[in-house]
Amino acid sequence: MSRGSLSTGLNELLKEANQLNPGGSLRLNDSMVSTIYSRAEEIAGRVVTREGKPNIDWDKKLDDILTSRFFGFPSMLLLLAVIFWITVAGANVPSKILATGLFWGQERLTELLYWLHAPAWVNGFFVEGIYRCLAWVVSVMLPPMAIFFPCFTLLEDMGYLPRIAFNLDNLFKKAGTHGKQSLTMSMGFGCNAAGVIACRIIESPRERLIAMLTNNFVPCNGRFPTLIALAGLLVMGVATSFGATIIVVGIVLFGIVTTLAVSWVLSKTLLKGVPSSFTLELPPYRKPQIGRIITRSIFDRTLFVLRRAVCVAAPAGAVIWLLANINIGGVSILAHAANWLDPFGQMLGMDGYIIMAFLLGLPANEIVMPILIMSYMATGSMIELDSLEALHRLFVGEHGWTWLTAVCMMLFSLLHYPCGTTLWTIFKESCSFKWTALAALIPLGVAITVCFVVAQTVRLLGWA
Amino acid sequence: MGLINQSCGIGAIKENFGKSQFSNADHVIALAGNPNTGKSTVFNALTGLNQHTGNWPGKTVLRAEGRYIHQGLIFKLIDLPGAYSLMANSMEEQVARDYLCFGRPDATVVVLDATCMERNLNLVLQVLEITSRVVICVNLVDEAERKKIQIDYHALAAELGVPVVPTAARDGVGLDKLVETVSGIATGRIETKPNVVRYKEEIEVAVRKLEPKIKKLIGEAFNARWVALRLLDKDQTVIAAVEQWLTRKDGVLTGMEGVVLA
Repeated sequence: MSRGSLSTGLNELLKEANQLNPGGSLRLNDSMVSTIYSRAEEIAGRVVTREGKPNIDWDKKLDDILTSRFFGFPSMLLLLAVIFWITVAGANVPSKILATGLFWGQERLTELLYWLHAPAWVNGFFVEGIYRCLAWVVSVMLPPMAIFFPCFTLLEDMGYLPRIAFNLDNLFKKAGTHGKQSLTMSMGFGCNAAGVIACRIIESPRERLIAMLTNNFVPCNGRFPTLIALAGLLVMGVATSFGATIIVVGIVLFGIVTTLAVSWVLSKTLLKGVPSSFTLELPPYRKPQIGRIITRSIFDRTLFVLRRAVCVAAPAGAVIWLLANINIGGVSILAHAANWLDPFGQMLGMDGYIIMAFLLGLPANEIVMPILIMSYMATGSMIELDSLEALHRLFVGEHGWTWLTAVCMMLFSLLHYPCGTTLWTIFKESCSFKWTALAALIPLGVAITVCFVVAQTVRLLGWA
Repeated sequence: MGLINQSCGIGAIKENFGKSQFSNADHVIALAGNPNTGKSTVFNALTGLNQHTGNWPGKTVLRAEGRYIHQGLIFKLIDLPGAYSLMANSMEEQVARDYLCFGRPDATVVVLDATCMERNLNLVLQVLEITSRVVICVNLVDEAERKKIQIDYHALAAELGVPVVPTAARDGVGLDKLVETVSGIATGRIETKPNVVRYKEEIEVAVRKLEPKIKKLIGEAFNARWVALRLLDKDQTVIAAVEQWLTRKDGVLTGMEGVVLA
């Protein structure tokens, strides 16, 4: 048969179908749906028997609390706080042990190189540059991640994420976006790139774009350690891990509020439209498989993210060391760059080094803090840094930090552009340079505005 | 879990280049079911892969592929996104429906949640309209037991006309039987006689008129009854897909995929 006759055949069929169902008079869809439903009901009635009443419906009891109008939000906050508290309190000790161990290793390496009569720059480049940056990434990043990932996966496995979506649905609808955005936002807590991928569950392209552009406003695992360390600095000497937890929860809430606000603005301006409705099934709570969660979250997530951080940190450490040790006109390039960026940093309540750490941290947010510590140490007199107290001395004592600096850096870390991997994912998902650029520029604009307003207000009022 | 891995690790490569990865499979098996019935758990249990499983609906957005070997035959397994129906109301439903129809798997496993059979059966009935090579996998039977729900699997198999296998995939219960049955269906060793839903007389009359003509035009490629229903419903995606199939009869699988996902 030739192509022509085949499509004529189809056209004739269509014509006949039209005649058989003129103007949709058969009401095919309604009729089919109701027939199928009643048949399903009939079969289920014949094959399923319920032996008396089920014991107690725990699912319903739990949902009565977790998704109730009054307790839904408080219980969500409480759960969030508990997870952060476990992370903050639990990460301290292993962090310290890792730092002590790794820096002991650094000394041994230096001794080894000395014994080998290696030139000084070898020790500088490899040990003080690459090794030290890696050591920082591992000791700062690993413990919080190893605690947070399993906790978060536990919630996911139990079926709590759809409840979050249920609780937040109304807010997202008011912001003119899709309720499923709360699911993609929750995934963002793990990793923004994963969150962006998860945006595929949103069908409407408009709402999917909004969800992708705002995913960055929830801190991912790469940024939690930074936030936790800074929160620890803020409350140092005043309160315990409990205080730090409250600050981190506050920052996360601010991130959620920003997500909603930016989504609202986007859906009123660039991406106009009405939110589409959807049905969300609340799946039953399931007993999580704890053993599997722990192994999988360590192998799939923690080690993966850590590997990525390490891959980025090694060259970053080398670059920092070079910048700090190549002098132009008696001053290192690092100092030149930091000085040049300093006015801008000061305007936002931070300093040049912090801005530079954020710039160099673009490939992976995890390394912002290590880069900052590295560049401070390269310019300061301190050589060893194995505790939060030492960090406090370095930041506050040697580099004149105030509480405002810490707050602004936390805000900037929360809001600034997504990491390189996330941007690459956004590009792959949206296939558009324009939206990828916006995904970096919108958060950057928000971050600069918020930090500027906070810093200037606080200074104007003379609080810091 | 592996979402991160999927998005930026090895998974990303697979996603782009994985389509021809298992092209040497002997049989292609599709995995369909309502959201959150444990399709991905069944998928992982059979393939030994670590597809992300999570307790939230919609996490398998596009389909995932894996394979396993049974009695020397290679089975390619396709994990379709969860769908409540095949009415193509959403992206997930459309992906699932189009694959079942135009991907023409050798067998389709419909995964059911034993704790809410009635709702899940809606999907089963719709799948049976498209293909007769179906195995029903009643999953989460352990949970149903806890809720004191009893299911007569023999009666269910008799009602539907296709084999039924109860499983608790998380603990690996019933999977051997499932693999065995799937292989039986795919190789044609087990024959099925699905009891397809009959609609009201006016619809059936129209279908009876169209069905033989459709058969004449497209042969046994697609289920003629189902295509007749879709044509009567003026389903544009199906019409377009049939048209495309007619114009390039050879490249069915790849061609349809292009149309459908475009």
